[in-house]
Amino acid sequence: MAVITDVPKESFRLSMLIYDTRYRSLTIQVVVFFLVMAGAAWLVDNAYRNLQLLGKDFNFSFLWTRAGYDIPQVLIEYTNDSTHGRAMLIGLLNTLLVAFLGCLAATVLGIFVGVLRLSKNWLVGRLMTVYVEMFRNVPLLLWILLIYTVFIEATPGPNAYRTLPDGTPGMSMQLFDTIAVTNRYTAVPDPLFSRSLGEISLGLFNVSVDLLALIAALLLSFFANRALLANATRVQEATGDRPVTWWKSLLIWIVPVVAVLVALGFHLAYPRLQGFNFVDGINVSNSLMALWLALTLYTAAFIAEIVRAGIMAISKGQSEAAFALGLRPGRTMNLVILPQALRVIIPPLISQYLNLTKNSSLAIAVGYLDLRGTLGGITLNQTGRELECVLLMMLIYLIISLVISGVMNVYNASVKLKER
Amino acid sequence: MTRTATFVRDQMLAPMEPPLTEKGAVKWVRENLFSGWFNSILTILGLFAIYWLVASAWPWLRNSVWTADNLAECRAVIQATWGEGATGACWAVIRERWTQFIYGFYPNHLYWRPNLAMVLMFVALAPVLFTQIPRKALWFAAVYPGLGYWLLWGGTLWFPVVALAGFAVGYAAYRALAPVNVIVAAVGAVLAPVLWWLFLAGPITGILADIVPLSLETVRSDRFGGFVLSVIIGITAISLSLPLGIALALGRQSDMFLVKSLSVVFIEFIRGVPLITLLFTASLLLNYFLPPGSNFDIILRVVIMVTLFASAYIAEVIRGGLAALPKGQYEAADALGLNYWQAQRLIILPQALKISIPGIVSSFIGLFKDTTLVVFVGLLDPLKGITDAVRASTDWKGIYWEPYIFVGTLFFIFCFGMSRYSMYLERKLKTDHR
Repeated sequence: MAVITDVPKESFRLSMLIYDTRYRSLTIQVVVFFLVMAGAAWLVDNAYRNLQLLGKDFNFSFLWTRAGYDIPQVLIEYTNDSTHGRAMLIGLLNTLLVAFLGCLAATVLGIFVGVLRLSKNWLVGRLMTVYVEMFRNVPLLLWILLIYTVFIEATPGPNAYRTLPDGTPGMSMQLFDTIAVTNRYTAVPDPLFSRSLGEISLGLFNVSVDLLALIAALLLSFFANRALLANATRVQEATGDRPVTWWKSLLIWIVPVVAVLVALGFHLAYPRLQGFNFVDGINVSNSLMALWLALTLYTAAFIAEIVRAGIMAISKGQSEAAFALGLRPGRTMNLVILPQALRVIIPPLISQYLNLTKNSSLAIAVGYLDLRGTLGGITLNQTGRELECVLLMMLIYLIISLVISGVMNVYNASVKLKER
Repeated sequence: MTRTATFVRDQMLAPMEPPLTEKGAVKWVRENLFSGWFNSILTILGLFAIYWLVASAWPWLRNSVWTADNLAECRAVIQATWGEGATGACWAVIRERWTQFIYGFYPNHLYWRPNLAMVLMFVALAPVLFTQIPRKALWFAAVYPGLGYWLLWGGTLWFPVVALAGFAVGYAAYRALAPVNVIVAAVGAVLAPVLWWLFLAGPITGILADIVPLSLETVRSDRFGGFVLSVIIGITAISLSLPLGIALALGRQSDMFLVKSLSVVFIEFIRGVPLITLLFTASLLLNYFLPPGSNFDIILRVVIMVTLFASAYIAEVIRGGLAALPKGQYEAADALGLNYWQAQRLIILPQALKISIPGIVSSFIGLFKDTTLVVFVGLLDPLKGITDAVRASTDWKGIYWEPYIFVGTLFFIFCFGMSRYSMYLERKLKTDHR
């Protein structure tokens, strides 16, 4: 009788750490771990010794000392008596401001160009291709410098708008006499509230209660509209007919906002020439305008390509199938094409937003004081703390990026195709 | 029999001409420009935009001046020819200073060296870019980095030769130790060249230079600038970041937790910060993290940082390519009994890289455009560094548009060429017949 015995159990040998695939990855990871630790220790040790040689220490207390420099464009209160930390905050807000404006404008322009590039109109298609190729293949820095040059070289001084003593009228302002583009700044209307509710202090900065009221109204509209649409869906499921909602939605969105604006006495203060300068409006520095325009035009070229690719990725059969089911063109777009196209469009779109935010650090070229200009520029030079400033700056940019890509991942997960 | 059918045609009529509106140019215009009220409006708006652009740029271009010694002379010529108040382009600045835009402040009598280096670069790149060229030519591509370095910076020829010999030393160590044990051989192949570079390269270079003095006039890094600088940084970073990017992408796809998390941290960190901050790190912080007293060339530091930056982006592009491969490809490789590296080399990477070509090339284009940012750490890029230098002279103070247009055009040609090449490559490698 044949006895079937188990294969004798191999005892562990040292060479199995290398030759046995079960243990090899463990070996590799341990080796990698020690190498990385050794590298990190070497870097930290070098930094420590270098700091000692230079007689410096590593601390961030400089953030609470007086900054002593002025920032031309601030969103919240700041004087040169404020601290370096507050200057950093101003810079951060300036970065976020230009990034936000840029993302907004670039999205609108990019969608516009991308759709037009697909149009059957030969001339418009070619024009958009020229635009996209021109902006994609030339460094962003060149566009920033070029547009800045346009602003400072090719626009008139504030004086050109003056009516001369002999009665010759000066230039009139652009856009129905509301905006004045000059070689130093662009004067735009200032939104004001005559029955303002004042501001409340949030520790670091003050927030206008008017703005909060507006946001509250918008939130109210959002929830009311959602309830309305949910109700419409319920009615449709019960009866088969969907009630007409578009005018109700429109009213829900418009009425509360208008009511709040009227109640607060909203009006625009138009810029007006007094002495050598425009007053009453907001004078937006040309460095911000140039940076914003350049970032917008540059990023829009990329977004246009993304939008075009997204729409082209949806096969024609999808829209034909929707028509065969009897959907009208508008609902075909809303229910069939867009949900699929957005899935292709959104991830690269968000990464373009990230790029735009990071590219806003080129503000240094036109002297717009963003995070890099305050913390990584003047503060760094004044305090001589390169290590702290650059590390802190990197950390802040990293946090902004991670927040944006975190939002993207959440959205991506919600629209992802559910597969095996 | 009577003929009843009197009206039967026994001859075909010649086809009639299509109506005038349905043929030739008229048809094309109707279909492509005026097919409906919306398209007609778009066409008219487009024509208006073109007219406006041409009308505002044409006088300026028509009044161009090509020979003048300074801006004032340029303006005087324009005023004299076209009347008071006329404006025009002054291309004389490009004509007089184009060498600076191309070579920076490289010594005049040595221009043949960057020229030769650029020509040889194309010779070295040819076998990489076009598969029709014999594979033996790749050897030249392998030694080109040393040769290019020697031509551009000068100094003794033995320095790059000895540096390149390090790789030969590594290979020799591998061959010598391979019979003993593969692991030992791999460790030896890494350690031997490092030891060679650290301890032997210096003395050996000195000895060889004494015996056979083969050297060119040394050019310091601060003399570099213009497009030569952009191309040096761009090409070096491109060729180094591709292998690094592949390694990072494989690391991120790896099953090993530690390797994967290190790759993720590295990639996300680099992608999360602007290139400018990394360049500042290169110029300000690198000295903190190196042993006290060590200092090395600013161009080299910038190249390292740009390479790291680009490799993180390329890693993400390649990761997309890896993820796009059907799972069956990995399983098929396993079923054939291939080990990890064989599977990657023979099955996975060729397909993944092919998918990622457009993304890789657009990363390269972005990298090349980003070389202009080196101006912020004091290097003379063609766009701002050189332009500011030209404007700083009294002759050309106040000139803005012409240098920007010139530099922008050159960048456009480079980048547009790269994107066309990627389209060619995509078409050539396309294997699915749809």
